[in-house]
Amino acid sequence: MIRWLGRNLLTVYALLAVGYLLLPVAVITVLSFNKPRGRQNTTWNEFSLDAWTNICRDQTICSAFGTSLRIGLIVTIVGTLLGTMLSFALIRYRFLGRTPANLVVFLPLATPEVILGASLLAFFLNLLLPLGFWTITIAHVMFTISFVVLIVNARLAGMDTRLEEAAMDLYATGLQTFRYVTLPLAAPGIAAAALLSFTLSFDDFIITNFNSGTTVTFPIYIWGAALRGIPPQVNVIATIVFAVSVLLVLLAMGLASSRRPRVRQ
Amino acid sequence: MRRRSTPYLLLLPGMAWLGFFFLIPLASLLATSLQRPLGPSTEDGFAPALEFTNYSAALLAYWPQFLKSFAFAGLASLIGLLIAFPLAYFIAFRAGRWRMLMLVLVVLPLFSSFLLRTNAWKTLLSSEGFIVETLNALALLPDDRVLNTPIAVIAGLTYNFLPFLVLPIYASLDRIDKAVVEAAADLYATAAARLRTVILPLAAPGVLSGVLLTFIPAAGDYINAQLLGSIQDKMIGNVIQSQFIIVRDYPTASALSFMFMVTILVLVLLYIRRVGTRELV
Repeated sequence: MIRWLGRNLLTVYALLAVGYLLLPVAVITVLSFNKPRGRQNTTWNEFSLDAWTNICRDQTICSAFGTSLRIGLIVTIVGTLLGTMLSFALIRYRFLGRTPANLVVFLPLATPEVILGASLLAFFLNLLLPLGFWTITIAHVMFTISFVVLIVNARLAGMDTRLEEAAMDLYATGLQTFRYVTLPLAAPGIAAAALLSFTLSFDDFIITNFNSGTTVTFPIYIWGAALRGIPPQVNVIATIVFAVSVLLVLLAMGLASSRRPRVRQ
Repeated sequence: MRRRSTPYLLLLPGMAWLGFFFLIPLASLLATSLQRPLGPSTEDGFAPALEFTNYSAALLAYWPQFLKSFAFAGLASLIGLLIAFPLAYFIAFRAGRWRMLMLVLVVLPLFSSFLLRTNAWKTLLSSEGFIVETLNALALLPDDRVLNTPIAVIAGLTYNFLPFLVLPIYASLDRIDKAVVEAAADLYATAAARLRTVILPLAAPGVLSGVLLTFIPAAGDYINAQLLGSIQDKMIGNVIQSQFIIVRDYPTASALSFMFMVTILVLVLLYIRRVGTRELV
């Protein structure tokens, strides 16, 4: 037994670490089936499907969820587009001002979120701009751009530019080369960036809290509810979102691995 | 396709966005931090000024929270490293065909709500819970409890940013040429010597970026301290948050934010220089 443990110590340690990472996710799911005794849904009381069959009993939960979805979608589209354009410029071109441009793109990543949120709030206050849906969206696009650039950069940097040169040699126009060679090759990176943008926007609380005004996103609702007790319906929605994300990731991975042999030939 | 204006056209919208909503707001934060109150109450508003005393007053009032933020974030990075490095090592060198699955499991928590995952530690660390009862049975807790103590806050911070520590370390370990490690073994280097003289130096860039990705957000976090800590465990993020949103003392909040940001940037630069790597940025 001890010898087995000695040989597999690293494996055991790694599995424990992964278990530690997943434990809270399990707690969230388990508590979605709980019928809490008081207001706080933190200790197990009794199995119940109440929350699952009546997700929108508290209307504010579902409307907060809807708000987060809408912001997430807009942010994903705008952030991915702007970030991908930046990435193409930074990776594919040598131009005057490239270094400062890189700095501006990566500085937000080195800035604590609380500063990003606070400075935007100071800016909106000085402009007397009303806080709400659009200020949240603006803030989210701002912090997702850098992440998109980071991911798309990694994809573009590893790409074989000879494929594009070959297309040009075969008389493809610049636009055709981009449409039929560059874009399909960059697509997995762009898709990953889009997925990350949505996840970041949907789950952001720290920055949103500064710029939300009276608009309630899903994380803002949870924060407010945390004091008086988070209803199990929130756990239900979180569990569903988690399951859908996992399915999407598995699907994307399946697509990627089924495509690989064709590219290699 | 290689026209000279193309890169600038590609840059324009993204740069404009970052200029308007990142750079100008930073300037706005600086300007706000120097404003002067128009009356005794924060309701009276503030006027543009060059009130540098805002900084000294803010620092004098909140230096303990400043120190606590860096201490908590530092400890969370250190403990996180002890968990993340062996895990990343296992995934890179030992996981074999389970490698992809292990990586997915590491990022999986990020698809669940940050706030709910943090809140779940209330359940896991509650005094009736398995963890605290075990620790108490071993008489390891000075306080008989974990929730509402700094331990809970540090545990939460360690947990929340762990995937960002594992992934960069894994990426650097994965890039190590196995032949180099084997060469060391052929030259009679023991496992410990191989780890110390070959693997650790080659993994340094990953450890560096992982620590930055943990330390920076952990130092600015106010969620863990709010949900898991007591009033005495408030970090600088909590102060900035409440000064901005609840107290509405914008100059003080801005001065704190600015000092915090500059401190982080200086620490990051010192750290990068000390660990010394060209691969970053």
